[in-house]
Amino acid sequence: MRVSAAERAANYAILVLFALVALAPIVTILATALSPETPADAQTGGPLHWENFGRAWEQGRFSEYMRNSVVVALIVVSLATVLSLMAGYAFGAFEFRGSQVLFYLFLVGIMVPSEAIVVPLFFDLQLLGLTNTVWAIALPQVAQSVAFGTYWMRAYFRGANRSIIEAARLDGAGHHRVLWQVLVPVARPALVTMILLMFMWTWNEFLIPLVMSPNAQLRTAPLGLALFQGQYVQGTTLLAAGAVLVALPVVILYLFLQRHFIAGMLEGAVRE
Amino acid sequence: MPSSSRPTSDDPVRGGEVRPAPVTAAGAVLARRDDDARRPAPSSRRRSKYGLAPYGFLLPALVVYAVFLLYPLGRAVQISLYEWDGLSLATFVGLRNYVDVVTDAQLRASFGHALVLIFFFAVLPLGIGLVLAALLTRARVRGLAFFRTVVFLPQVIAMVVVAVAWRQIYAPDGQLNGLLRAVGLDSLTRTWLGDYTLTLPAVGLIGTWVSTGLVTVLLMAGMSRIPGELYEAATLDGAGPVRTFVSITVPSVRAEIVVSLTLTIIAALKTFDLVYVTTSGGPGRTTTVPSFEVYRRAFQLGEVGSAAAVAVVLTILIFLINLAVNRIGERER
Repeated sequence: MRVSAAERAANYAILVLFALVALAPIVTILATALSPETPADAQTGGPLHWENFGRAWEQGRFSEYMRNSVVVALIVVSLATVLSLMAGYAFGAFEFRGSQVLFYLFLVGIMVPSEAIVVPLFFDLQLLGLTNTVWAIALPQVAQSVAFGTYWMRAYFRGANRSIIEAARLDGAGHHRVLWQVLVPVARPALVTMILLMFMWTWNEFLIPLVMSPNAQLRTAPLGLALFQGQYVQGTTLLAAGAVLVALPVVILYLFLQRHFIAGMLEGAVRE
Repeated sequence: MPSSSRPTSDDPVRGGEVRPAPVTAAGAVLARRDDDARRPAPSSRRRSKYGLAPYGFLLPALVVYAVFLLYPLGRAVQISLYEWDGLSLATFVGLRNYVDVVTDAQLRASFGHALVLIFFFAVLPLGIGLVLAALLTRARVRGLAFFRTVVFLPQVIAMVVVAVAWRQIYAPDGQLNGLLRAVGLDSLTRTWLGDYTLTLPAVGLIGTWVSTGLVTVLLMAGMSRIPGELYEAATLDGAGPVRTFVSITVPSVRAEIVVSLTLTIIAALKTFDLVYVTTSGGPGRTTTVPSFEVYRRAFQLGEVGSAAAVAVVLTILIFLINLAVNRIGERER
């Protein structure tokens, strides 16, 4: 559509204004994180105080929290990916008795909020002595991710070219070969999107790790940050540095693979 | 939606990178039933020619899913019928915990606060997003790809980080008060997260900041698919920009509006980390929300049955919203 130069200029102004509004809180926290922590610090070094990240890492015990987060994310993403691929293949490539009902059962899981499962899970897992373990934090999230992943991969395998499967079967390939060596390599883009979303949800999850580790033995990064906020009251510099550290892994992935994030969250954002 | 089966969009807004977003959310998921029915079944539904193979592939996922999601969901319903402190024996109280959701002033207030948050998380971003997306798709300006990256960024940042950032902005000596003082509006400065009337809107605006990008990107995708001839015809008929916006742009993106409302309303209903970190429900109880009540009742007050009832109500609300979207989505066809 052709528009006047004035409207074009106004559009640029609006574009810039909203980009600034979106960026302002992020820039604010970055600027705080890089500001001198104490008056003594202000005298030394350059204008940007990168040492804050090291201090936050030490004082906020983020090395420990980040390690926990990595372990939980590894368990959730790897388990949920394998299980989702298999279940998605079952729903996508076969027609079997009960497949409709079972699929709707999985869809329910996409809509159930964490709030609904976390209360009974905590008391049941406590009875089994499983609270304060990485499994109590990871397995409920595996179940949530599997609900989404099964829906996501089923849709993909339904759309996949059925003749590929038939041809491979005729060549004598077993189901596992068809899935892992024929379909999975072709499904790479959909798979990457799914893995990124699962990673983001797991990394950013707050309620489940909060509840599942009642005596705070096992804190993931977002939880560690919330705790750090409670303890660290003298100033905001190290807190901001900690916040940047927690957000960084997902943000870096987003900056490099943003089309996966945007497409995935818009198309499959059923879960959240 | 299967990524491969869908033609790649070549619209300039998305630079052809992002696939079009259909009426997805759960609505369309359920609606897909129709497509499935139309597709010829690979084999008789009665007797599978694959034998037990599909069940074998399904089993591991089903076990984990059933044990860690379906079973707890059922248990939540069960617990909600009891009065239980989490330690001693539970007493069966029937539906009393559900009656409390309606009659208990604190619980009712928390659902009222959720309603306010829905305005800030869903309605306000939709208004902003519609105008913003319409303006930006009218004129093909450069830098849209960068703009999309920037406004979508809040969606991928952990809510705890967002909350920490905004707490600093809202602090008495924070950036917001600094800005107000700089422009001479000292009288407006206040402790934004300690004010009985303004804290809830202040928390809500954080939600607006998070949601607006998602909504705008979604709507821009929808609007870029509106054929240009529609606008040209309308302009020839003498319709002004406002008229074309109301009678062409908005109706054309109804599907996207429905999806964005689902996503953002559910996000508003599930707000927990934001409230936990910014206000912990305070000052007083002015910013408690249902999710926060679930946590507080189950793990701080020892009212586990009541917490479960609130959680079940929350779940039903989310199901109903998805169902409503499904209905609207089907009428669209």
